[in-house]
Amino acid sequence: MKPKFLVGGLVIAAALAYMIYAGVTQSAVYFVTPSELGPKPVAGKAYRLGGMVERGSLRWEPRTLSLTFALSDGRAAVPVHHKGAPPDLFGEGRGAVVEGSWSPEGYFRATHIMAKHSEEYKAPHDTSQAGVKELMRTLSGTDR
Amino acid sequence: MIPELGAGALAVALALAVYGSAAAAVGGRTGRASLVESAQHAALGVFTLVTGCLLLLAYAFLSFDFSVRYVATNTNLGTPFYYRLTAVWGALEGSIVLWAWMLCLYTLIVILRHRTNARELYPWVLSVMLGVLAFFLLVMTVAAPVFQRLSPVPAEGRGLNPLLEDSGMITHPVALYLGFTGFTVPFAFAIAALVTGRVGDAWVTSTRRWTITAWYFLSLGLLIGGWWSYHVLGWGGYWAWDPVENAAFMPWLTGTAFLHSVMIQERRRMLRLWNLALVIMTFSLTLFGTFLTRSGVIASVHAFTQGAIGVFFLSFLALVLLLALALLAWRWDTLGAQGELDSVVSRESAFLLNNVLLVAAAFTVFFGTVFPLLSEAVRGVKVSVGMPFFNQVNVPLFLGLIFLMGVGPLIAWRRASLESLKRNFLWPVTLGIAAAAVFRLLGVRSTIAVLTLALVVFVTATITVDLVRATRARLRTGERFPGALGGLLLRHNRRYGGFAVHLGILVVALGVTGSQAWSVQTETTLRRGEHTDLAGYRVRFDGLAASEESNHFKVTGTFTIDHGRAAGSVLHPAKKFYPQEQSPIAYVDYRLGLREDVYLVLGDFARDGSQATIRLQVNRLVSWIWIGGLILTLGTVLALVPERRRTV
Repeated sequence: MKPKFLVGGLVIAAALAYMIYAGVTQSAVYFVTPSELGPKPVAGKAYRLGGMVERGSLRWEPRTLSLTFALSDGRAAVPVHHKGAPPDLFGEGRGAVVEGSWSPEGYFRATHIMAKHSEEYKAPHDTSQAGVKELMRTLSGTDR
Repeated sequence: MIPELGAGALAVALALAVYGSAAAAVGGRTGRASLVESAQHAALGVFTLVTGCLLLLAYAFLSFDFSVRYVATNTNLGTPFYYRLTAVWGALEGSIVLWAWMLCLYTLIVILRHRTNARELYPWVLSVMLGVLAFFLLVMTVAAPVFQRLSPVPAEGRGLNPLLEDSGMITHPVALYLGFTGFTVPFAFAIAALVTGRVGDAWVTSTRRWTITAWYFLSLGLLIGGWWSYHVLGWGGYWAWDPVENAAFMPWLTGTAFLHSVMIQERRRMLRLWNLALVIMTFSLTLFGTFLTRSGVIASVHAFTQGAIGVFFLSFLALVLLLALALLAWRWDTLGAQGELDSVVSRESAFLLNNVLLVAAAFTVFFGTVFPLLSEAVRGVKVSVGMPFFNQVNVPLFLGLIFLMGVGPLIAWRRASLESLKRNFLWPVTLGIAAAAVFRLLGVRSTIAVLTLALVVFVTATITVDLVRATRARLRTGERFPGALGGLLLRHNRRYGGFAVHLGILVVALGVTGSQAWSVQTETTLRRGEHTDLAGYRVRFDGLAASEESNHFKVTGTFTIDHGRAAGSVLHPAKKFYPQEQSPIAYVDYRLGLREDVYLVLGDFARDGSQATIRLQVNRLVSWIWIGGLILTLGTVLALVPERRRTV
């Protein structure tokens, strides 16, 4: 193999290493739980915060698209603000992972919400069924 | 009765596969043809048994046999007919049955095609194929028994994952698995070449079609996966660098590299070691992908969560790598190159660079995917890298690859003279630069978009230059126009099939660039009668209605585009409530177009139907991604047409 090719290969390897390094430092997202986020999170740093949506904390205002809730891991709770409708599978007492950063105003600003989801399915729930039936009634009552 | 039959058949199949693999190996070693023949019979038996299992499973689904655990968890009385069939491979255990069945199918075709034309390699190929098959059968009998009984037998099953009730689920896994399992054939040939010491070019020539076939199905699987993600998941995109997607993308990248580097070996007898390494890497990555998605080590939106199976795959992967490395070390002396690289400016180095970039991309994807595991092991913190990382690192690599797509097929072998470079590339380069200027002037701001568009023009121009030149040459010999072109395509079908595949990739690149650079979206809440505007579309909310489907309830919105483009069309995005789910699943509605798609998702809504929150997206050029897939298909078919002998 001629030295030219060796040098070329080294240049490519170095460029790739640099790109990967730069990519990692710029887009690293830290997985934390609310208690790990701690009392004084660094503002602006990208986090992925995982926990349970605390019961009674969920507020959703459709007209302003403002969604607020507290995410908790049992030891600490973090107030989260998001602009946008709650995603499917999202709700109080359920697991959720939010991506975003800590805002200096004292809450976590989520840019993205992922509701926990897996291929494992829960058995049919009577309670949620009843909820749907009621929903069906109200909707068919007003819209037909 | 059926579950016992199925489980029994699988156990017998496992025994047969183990026996066949051993018999073929001993037959290959001693040259006793009767043993190889016996292994063939074993393979036929395995095929029959696994086919039987697949049919039994399908029958269990169609007859709602809830005494089978797998059936009970993945179907219920309301599941429509088609989805009861696709539910066969809708979850972990069944998907492995499908996988094994396809592997059997490939083994059968290998027997039919290569029994006589690859005498030396054939017994070992058969042995490796049956060995891999035995592994999957072992997983099916021990780690993920599909025919496990459920007691007491429930009156109703849980039902299929609602996200899988989609036509894409019929084709996506089938294509993807045909791709994954297809790479077993070149891998088996590579191992056979190493074992027999016939590491020359015979194995490469024999596997060319196999590699193209596997590569094509993998590409198709990826594209259909993107389509499924786009029209079912409702987040408005087609690719998220999710571990599951990456798992399929990595072997695609190394497989693509292999597809190109074998041409160098065929022509210049170089890169023997590299080609063997690439095919081993590709096969290992298919196993690694399965491990990644089935073991739950990496959290993913749609990964199956099963623990025990991961250990199996990881052990098998380690075994494969160890064996392959040992074989490579054993044959090290014979793997030297016969040809030499002459010049940096040559087709060889263009192909070499293409390989380096593809493997670099595969490495990047690998690194990004396992990064959370690495960081946790090394630093104790869980850090992941998201879409920005993958995009940032891969975009330059992909742009480089597109550039090489223009250079590689036209540049001269060995050493390109300045004269030939000018002759081949003067026009394409000029057109490319002109295109960059034009798009800039037209107001395209994103540098990446301008670069991609310019490169697409450049590559298209190189293909055109080649085609025009070759057609002219034929016209000079007295042929008429359409015949000359047709004859050219058929006579050099490998070359022009490749070009067509390149065109397909370019069109996909165009779609990706357009959707990334120019798509817009808005999220808003509307009262009945109110409307919202986006990119020339005015969407009015007309109301909600509830309905009851066979296995779910549905709340459907009516939205009318009453102004501007596509005026008069009505969109019906919905939310589906499945009893087995705790919360609703969005059902997207859209109008697809060549220029742009209108894409509407129903978010939250008021219970009395007076108000709804929607996300409206205008996604630009996305359709070209699917069109690119069609072109890619045509190109593959052309490349696979049996080559014609030159009649002089």
